[in-house]
Amino acid sequence: MDNTVGIRLAGCGKTFADGTRALERVDLDINPGETVVLLGPSGCGKTTMLRIIAGLEQPDAGGRVLFGGEDVTLLPIEQRHVGMVFQSYALFPNMSVAENIAYGLRVRGMDAAQKKQRVDEMLSMMHLDSFAERQIDQLSGGQRQRVALARALAVRPRVLLLDEPLTALDAKLRESLRAEIDRLLRSLKITAVYVTHDQSEAMALGDRIAVMDHGRIAQIGSPRDIYYRPATRFVADFIGSMNRVRGSVEGEHLRLASGRLHVGPRVRAEVLFRPEDVRIVDSGGAHLQARIVNAFFLGDHTRLILDLGDAQTIIAETVERREFRPGDLVPVTVDAAALLFLD
Amino acid sequence: MSRSPRFYLQLAFTVLVCAFLVVPVVLSIMAGVTENFFIGIKSGLTLRWVVEVWSLYSKTIFLSIGIALATLAVTLLIGVPAAYVLARRQNRYTRWMEELLVLPVAVPGLATALALILLYGQFRGFRISWSFILVGHVLFTLPFMVRSVLAVMGAIDLKTLEDAAASLGASFTQRFFHVILPNCRQGILAGALMVVTLSMGEFNITWMLHTPLTMTLPVGLADSYASMRLEIGSAYTIIFFIMIIPLLVAMQWMSEPPNVRARARKKQHG
Repeated sequence: MDNTVGIRLAGCGKTFADGTRALERVDLDINPGETVVLLGPSGCGKTTMLRIIAGLEQPDAGGRVLFGGEDVTLLPIEQRHVGMVFQSYALFPNMSVAENIAYGLRVRGMDAAQKKQRVDEMLSMMHLDSFAERQIDQLSGGQRQRVALARALAVRPRVLLLDEPLTALDAKLRESLRAEIDRLLRSLKITAVYVTHDQSEAMALGDRIAVMDHGRIAQIGSPRDIYYRPATRFVADFIGSMNRVRGSVEGEHLRLASGRLHVGPRVRAEVLFRPEDVRIVDSGGAHLQARIVNAFFLGDHTRLILDLGDAQTIIAETVERREFRPGDLVPVTVDAAALLFLD
Repeated sequence: MSRSPRFYLQLAFTVLVCAFLVVPVVLSIMAGVTENFFIGIKSGLTLRWVVEVWSLYSKTIFLSIGIALATLAVTLLIGVPAAYVLARRQNRYTRWMEELLVLPVAVPGLATALALILLYGQFRGFRISWSFILVGHVLFTLPFMVRSVLAVMGAIDLKTLEDAAASLGASFTQRFFHVILPNCRQGILAGALMVVTLSMGEFNITWMLHTPLTMTLPVGLADSYASMRLEIGSAYTIIFFIMIIPLLVAMQWMSEPPNVRARARKKQHG
């Protein structure tokens, strides 16, 4: 959208009246047209941050919210010109689908002809043409959230704010609506802030992901950054599965009860790696002799729980088609390039 | 189909209880249209008593309707915003307020009336006007309005609906009239019917507060029982029934949740 702007949070913290600190002072710069996902477990401060951007909460004294250079800290939400989508849809039950979508235009006093045109535009964009006159309670969850998106976008907002919009939907619907939201955000080129606790949603939609923990931004970066180069243990554990093994350093190798792992010159006593980076190898070269504890055949891949001795277990994922049986020994290794080191 | 003795026992009991409740009502209505109650039906049926009541007491009927509507107006103006504040600000004080609201219902009407007279009795103009009764009725009915609206507000996610409306640019006034009021319609209507019904039938407080010139329907009813023929009192009851029963039916209809009504309709259409 032409009127979309970047968002800047400067020193925005939030302490609630009862003294709980929901958000530490954070700084965040979101570029115009960019989608930033705020990702974290419940209580990490992601929703509070979104509500501060929206204008539904005031930051603690000293915090500032800027939309494209304009200081909007003191503006209430109704003057910020944002679009917002809620987990519970928050559609008005007393209005039809078309009236819901037109509501933002109605309070702006847009004339009837223009309003009708804009509503029709939104209905066809969200594939809701035949639903215009429906009542809200006649819609499925997925349809409701599409109406909510249409309603938020109808006013051509400067930024779009989405608060766990897919959480209330079942898995299948979630995926198709996620694709639809992705298509919208790309085609409209609108600045969007998307809150979720679901990492696959974050990965799929975010240009950048801000992983949040205890009111702080633990790391912000592209999905690839976050996944392959987690900055902290929290990020490493929260995004995907992460294996962690300890051993003793032996030159460029790590020595474990079940064998040796080639680490390279940066060798440390503890290394981390992803399940899909575990490779099953021939018994030549440095490798670990792992015992299969459990093998779960999941169709497109097999998930193995492997025992490395010394009470260390790891998860491995392989696309190999052979059958794995608990108790069997498999030689495995991890490429040095896939190993991570965190303090 | 054969039924157990137990069924007939229950049926008999139910019929007996119904008769216990309904017979006095029927008798009262009959008395109101009988020429002479002591002779009985064979003395003939007449509308004479109803006409007589109308000529004697029509003023009380109009005053009752007037007070009921005024009470409704005041409880709407005070009760709906009060319920909104109580619903949006959930804290210790608002919960206290909610509890306190029941007090006028729990305290005997006579005590409420006495307190009003002690406090305002000296303001003569106020004491002898119908607005004195209005104050008593508002005190008594306001909790019903607030509770009824509050119940609906608690059932919908008011806060998120308001956040959504605000995000679309709606000012507080617009949010209140476009979103909050329409979505509390059910509770407001139910509360309104309750208030009108209670105000029309209120006796305890009104009896203490009224003057010979500000007699409401129930007070007039007591007056006619005390000083007129039994037939006139009974005819008066008929008029009261005619006014109050449609309200009661509407209230019953309102108290069913809408989806139950929709289902019932669907069943009817087969």
